[in-house]
Amino acid sequence: MKTTARTGAECVVEGLKRAGVTTLFGLPGGAILDVFGRLYHSDMEFVLVRHEQGATHMADGYARATGKIGCCVVTSGPGATNAVTGLATANMDGVPMVCVTGQVPSPMIGNDAFQEADTIGITRAVTKHNYLVKNVDDLPRIMVEAFHVAATGKPGPVLIDVPKDIQKASTVVPFPETINMRGYRPTYEGHPKQIEKLAAAINRAKRPLLYVGGGAIAGDAATELTALAEKANIPVTTTLMGLGAFPETSPLALRMLGMHGSVAANMAVSHCDLLVSVGARFDDRVTGKISEFAPKAIKAHIDIDPSTISKSVEIDIPVVGHVKPVLKALLALVEKAARTEWLAEVAAWQATNPFRYDTQTNELLPQHVIEQVYEITKGDAIVTTDVGQHQMWAAHFYKYTRPRSFLSSGGLGTMGFGLPAAIGAQAGCRDRTVVCLSGDGSVQMNFQELVVAVEHDLPIKVFILNNTNLGMVRQWQEMFYKREYSASVLGQASRPRNERIPAGRDGYLPDFVKMAEAHGAVGLRVTEKAQLPGTIRKALETPRPVVVECRVRPEENVYPMVPPGASLTEMVHSMA
Amino acid sequence: MKHVITALVENQPGVLARIVGLISGRGFNIKSLNVAPTQDPSVSRLTMTVPGDDRVLEQVTKQLNKLVDVIKVADLTQRRCLGRELMLVEVACTADKRTEAIALADLFDARVVSVQSKSLTIQLADAEERLADFLEVVKPLGILDVSRSGVIAVARGAE
Repeated sequence: MKTTARTGAECVVEGLKRAGVTTLFGLPGGAILDVFGRLYHSDMEFVLVRHEQGATHMADGYARATGKIGCCVVTSGPGATNAVTGLATANMDGVPMVCVTGQVPSPMIGNDAFQEADTIGITRAVTKHNYLVKNVDDLPRIMVEAFHVAATGKPGPVLIDVPKDIQKASTVVPFPETINMRGYRPTYEGHPKQIEKLAAAINRAKRPLLYVGGGAIAGDAATELTALAEKANIPVTTTLMGLGAFPETSPLALRMLGMHGSVAANMAVSHCDLLVSVGARFDDRVTGKISEFAPKAIKAHIDIDPSTISKSVEIDIPVVGHVKPVLKALLALVEKAARTEWLAEVAAWQATNPFRYDTQTNELLPQHVIEQVYEITKGDAIVTTDVGQHQMWAAHFYKYTRPRSFLSSGGLGTMGFGLPAAIGAQAGCRDRTVVCLSGDGSVQMNFQELVVAVEHDLPIKVFILNNTNLGMVRQWQEMFYKREYSASVLGQASRPRNERIPAGRDGYLPDFVKMAEAHGAVGLRVTEKAQLPGTIRKALETPRPVVVECRVRPEENVYPMVPPGASLTEMVHSMA
Repeated sequence: MKHVITALVENQPGVLARIVGLISGRGFNIKSLNVAPTQDPSVSRLTMTVPGDDRVLEQVTKQLNKLVDVIKVADLTQRRCLGRELMLVEVACTADKRTEAIALADLFDARVVSVQSKSLTIQLADAEERLADFLEVVKPLGILDVSRSGVIAVARGAE
């Protein structure tokens, strides 16, 4: 089957179109101009960002919110290196993404040409796979493969580096109808014997626990998971990445586990006799001290990625496969059970130790802001976060009831993720309320992207919990570093001597309300607790992007906290 | 413990960098590494020896399997397999010592591939331990230079 000749640039655009891409994020430069020349004539919406990191986080937020593949197009050299953080973020959290980068012309590669970087070398460790296109005839196949690899198995970002001469060259090679990759065949169905073994273990267990990660959301298995938990009365704890996989309003929901997990979740892990991991990878922030993690439990692990099995915690019953069909098969084999005693024990932990803060004070507390946003949005928003204290409070005080509604950089912990991710999420879900919960430290890392929300009429609501500090750094310094607040204070007063801030300054920069206005958005500020509900309502009712700066009490810490390296039962609840 | 890992990989540029990057990125030292095309020119066989405990090496093979360009990986350490290594040794050897050196080479089924006025170059292809033994034996003559290929290995019989 012959096709008419296409240029490499046309292959790229045709490949995107064939993959069903409707929205692209990116920023041009010399080495990618041929592709942009074709995009100019395309029907796909192009979102012009202000920094390539923003493009990757937008594509990421778009992918997490919609379940589709996020796409970005950037130039060579600095364009590609700026994209690295976003690729690494997506790679750690298993987010499907395709990133097309321009590259200097093939004959100039390796010559230290203008805007040349070894993009393939640099991104090898932060992508699921990457391609340097050496022959335009390979490009149709590579475009098809890239989308296949990004979306299947454990999803992840795939980068395609296209030299400028390849974009200009032409090919008659058609797009392949089938994919034949002998080195890449992810396991989909779980092994029936292993599933039977797991079902028998569940049926035998007196104190089983489901430990659910982002894989349950990526694998679209929330329905099956809920059915399983309810049929067999198994309590559910989720990781940060798993929030929304199971309705947190259910009595079976123990909320998040781990370093900042709930007492109920961490106690249940420590006392269960069977722990079933569903698409969660036993991350160090979850397990605490490995030798004391779930010490009484038989451990089972359902995961599409065989390399996560027994990586840190030894697994007794591994099931390699896609969570959805595995849970479906499991559901048929698992018996109904009441487990009254176990549920009563768990309920007691829940009742006596909910996530809490001082609700009586007149001061504006960050936890209260999040709880109010939860109540006023009726728990129905898509929430993005940055990284730090506010991220943990967003996990504690907003209850997630459906998948793809909590978008956060869990693995890499990328400050600066929240605002562009919210823009991407809103671009993919125009009819939803999209809220970015951020901190004054994080939000400044990609604030420039706010103009993009304004330009594209994406009415995101950004709540900045301004505690005038890098709060989580401050908390660690308070708890583990002798209260020496080295480089964690963002207000100008009481900065350490080595920072050389002239005496007498006590202001805070920048002015976030003016920042919002300068970017064409609405800026609001809350300093008093009483102003909060009205301001949140006003923000939600405003059909434009809004930034709400909340001046919160700086000294609040995130509790409970399991100190690094300690066992999950050693939770700290206050500084006293 | 030393592990012998072999993999069938796509014969494409960048594949070796991917594999080496994956292993070095996890802090392992590759003791030897060998790669060349198989009977199918689009596929290369790679053999490497990596020191490390079983658990760590299981993780390495799983990670290698995840690479899109890696078709198949096997840890041959616990399996019936054949491992061979090629070595070229230049030993100091003036005319009066030649007979002695050649006799030693004969004992190991090694071949003298080049004769110089003050040295001999000997080629030996055998199991890794035999190479070590040979080096020990010729040491008194004076070893001027050694070049070893690293182990190549195949599993024995059908799997």
